[in-house]
Amino acid sequence: MSGAPMTKDMRLTVGPVLFNWPVETWMDFYARVADEAPVDKVVVGEVVCSKRTPFYEDRILEVVERLQRGGKKVVLASLGLLTTVRERRAAAELFAGEAAVEVNDLTALAWARPGFEVGPLVNVYSEGTLGFLARKGARSICLPPELPFAAVSALAAAAAAVGVDAEVWAYGRIPLAMSARCYHARAHNLTKDSCQFVCGVDPDGLGVDTLDDEAFLTINGVQTMSNSYCSVIGDLEALAGAGVGALRLSPHSGDFVEVARAFRAALDGDLAPEEAQRRLAENAPGAQFSHGFLMGAAGAELLGV
Amino acid sequence: MTMTKRLELVCPAGTPAALRTAVDAGADTIYCGFADETNARNFPGLNFSRDEMAAGIDYAHKRGAKVLVAINTFPRAGAGDFWRKAVADAEARAADAVILADIGLLAHVADQHPKLRLHLSVQAAAANADAINFYAREFGVKRVVLPRVLTVQEIAAINREIDVETEVFIFGGLCVMAEGRCSLSSYATGKSPNMNGVCSPASHVEYREEGGDLASRLGGFAIHRSPQGAPAPYPTLCKGCFRAGDHIGHVFEEPVSLDAAALIPQLADAGVVALKIEGRQRSRAYTEAVVSSFRRAVDAHLAGRPIPASDLRRLTEGQQTTAGAYRKTWR
Repeated sequence: MSGAPMTKDMRLTVGPVLFNWPVETWMDFYARVADEAPVDKVVVGEVVCSKRTPFYEDRILEVVERLQRGGKKVVLASLGLLTTVRERRAAAELFAGEAAVEVNDLTALAWARPGFEVGPLVNVYSEGTLGFLARKGARSICLPPELPFAAVSALAAAAAAVGVDAEVWAYGRIPLAMSARCYHARAHNLTKDSCQFVCGVDPDGLGVDTLDDEAFLTINGVQTMSNSYCSVIGDLEALAGAGVGALRLSPHSGDFVEVARAFRAALDGDLAPEEAQRRLAENAPGAQFSHGFLMGAAGAELLGV
Repeated sequence: MTMTKRLELVCPAGTPAALRTAVDAGADTIYCGFADETNARNFPGLNFSRDEMAAGIDYAHKRGAKVLVAINTFPRAGAGDFWRKAVADAEARAADAVILADIGLLAHVADQHPKLRLHLSVQAAAANADAINFYAREFGVKRVVLPRVLTVQEIAAINREIDVETEVFIFGGLCVMAEGRCSLSSYATGKSPNMNGVCSPASHVEYREEGGDLASRLGGFAIHRSPQGAPAPYPTLCKGCFRAGDHIGHVFEEPVSLDAAALIPQLADAGVVALKIEGRQRSRAYTEAVVSSFRRAVDAHLAGRPIPASDLRRLTEGQQTTAGAYRKTWR
C-alpha cells in the first residue's frame, strides 16, 4: 500500500519537551533530532512549569544553533499558564527577540508580533478565533487535541483561506489540563513551592491508574495528560485531504528519531500505516495508543489492533 | 478611612423558577443561559428558552436585578451562526451583559453589537493583568470573571494593573484545573466543557456493585469505589480516587467544594466588585439557601459587621469545603 501523493507534502514538527528531563538528556535529545530526525520544525522551550526553566535556559541558544545547522526551522515555546510577574516578564522578553515564538497562553497576544505561531494549548475551536489570530499575524496554528475530524477539517479549510498553516497533535501523550496546583508534588506529599523537582524522576510523566488498575491519566507537574499516546499514523490520508499541513510529534523517552522516521516513511508512502503503527508500538513498550478525539469519540478510545 | 463598597452578588439560575427564587432571595444579578450547547451548564432539563429568557429578564428588571447571559462554550467549527444568534437573541431580550469566552465570538460582538456589555467568562482563563488588559483593549470587555487558580494576593495585584471590573467565585463547585482549558471529561466520555458545555456528564455515569464495593464509573473508568452501605459520590473526574505511584487517594482534589465566605473582606480589599455563586444545575431550595446566606454575608460586610459563620456546609458536595486556590498553600 502506498501513501497518496498528498501526504508527501505534509511536514513534521517536533513539539517542545513537556517533561522535566535532566539537562544532559535534553541536550542529547536535540542533538539527535538535529542530526537524524526527518522533521521540518522544532519547538524548543518550557511550556509546563517555569520552575524548570533555570535547569536548561542557558543551553537553549546552543540547541537552537544545532537544530538550525541540521536544517530545522526553530520556534521558541512560551509558557502554557502565565501567572507570576516573573513568568510574564520572561514571556514578554521572549517575544521581544528575533526568533519566531509559539503562543501557548493567549496572554502572549499582548506581545506577539506578526509571524507568531499558536500552540495546541490555545483554544482555537472556531473559524472566528482562527480568523482573529490570522489578522494578528499568526502563521501557524496547532489545533487543540480534543477536536474531532469534522472540526479539524473545517478549521484547516479556514486556515488555508487566510494563509495560515494548520497542524494537528499526531503523536504522544495528550495534554488535557493545566492547574495552579502541582500534582506531582501532591502525590509526594509536597506543595508546588517546596516541590523538590520530583517531576524529574518520571521521564514520561507519572501514571494515574484507576482503582481497577486501569491505566488512565498521566501527571506532569501542573499538567495532566492522557495515559495513552495519541497516534494518527493511520489517519494521514484523511488529514492531508482535509488540508492539514503539519503533524506535531510530542517528545517521549525511547528512540524519538524512530518515531519521526516512522511518520516520515508513512507520509512518503514507503511504509503502510499498520506497519508504521507497529514500529511506534515497538518503540514505546507498554504504551497504549489512541485516536479517539479525532474520531469524535472519547479521547481514551484506543486504536484497533 | 476608606468607604466600604457594596459587593455585587451574582447568582446562578438554571430555570425560570430558580431565577425568581434568586431575585427574591436578594441576588443583585442573575446569570443564566439558553437551553443548548452555547452555555457551559448544558444539562438536560436546565436553562432557558428564548421566551423564558425574556420573561426572566423582565422579572429581574422590575425588581432592580440584572441578568447576564452566559454564552461561554467555544463555538463549534462550521456552526458559528448558532452562537452568534444566541448573542443577538440575548441582546434583543434586554440582557444586561453577555458572558463570553471565545475570542472569535468576542471580536464579532465588539464589531456587530457595540452596545452590548461584555463580560469575560472564567472559561477564557484570563489569569493575569496582561491577558485582561488585552481583552479590554481588543474587545471592550468590562468585567472579567477570574479563574480559580489565583490567590487573594494575586487578585489584588491584578486589580492594581487593570481598569476593568473583576468578579470571583465565592461558593459552589470547584474546578481545580484552569477553566476552559481542560479536556479531562472529553478524554473519558467524548463530551467536554469547551465543546458541549458539560463536565463528567450524567449520561456517561454508572453505579455498579462490584465485589462488595459500589463503583462509580465515568465513561467506563472507575472514579470511586465505596464499601457497601457507604454513599457513592458522583464521579466528577478531577475529584476521583486514583493511584499515582505509591500514592492512593484523591490525586487531584478531594470531593470538596468552594466556600470563601470568610474571605469576603479580603476579596473586597483586593478590589473585587462582584462575588459569584456557582451552581446553575442546583435546585431552587439550594439557590434560596445559598443566595440568602450570601446576602446576609455581603450586607454584614457592608455594615462593617463580621461575616456570619457559614451555615451552608450541609449543602456542599461531600460536606467538606475549601478556600481553594485563594490560599497559597492549596497549590
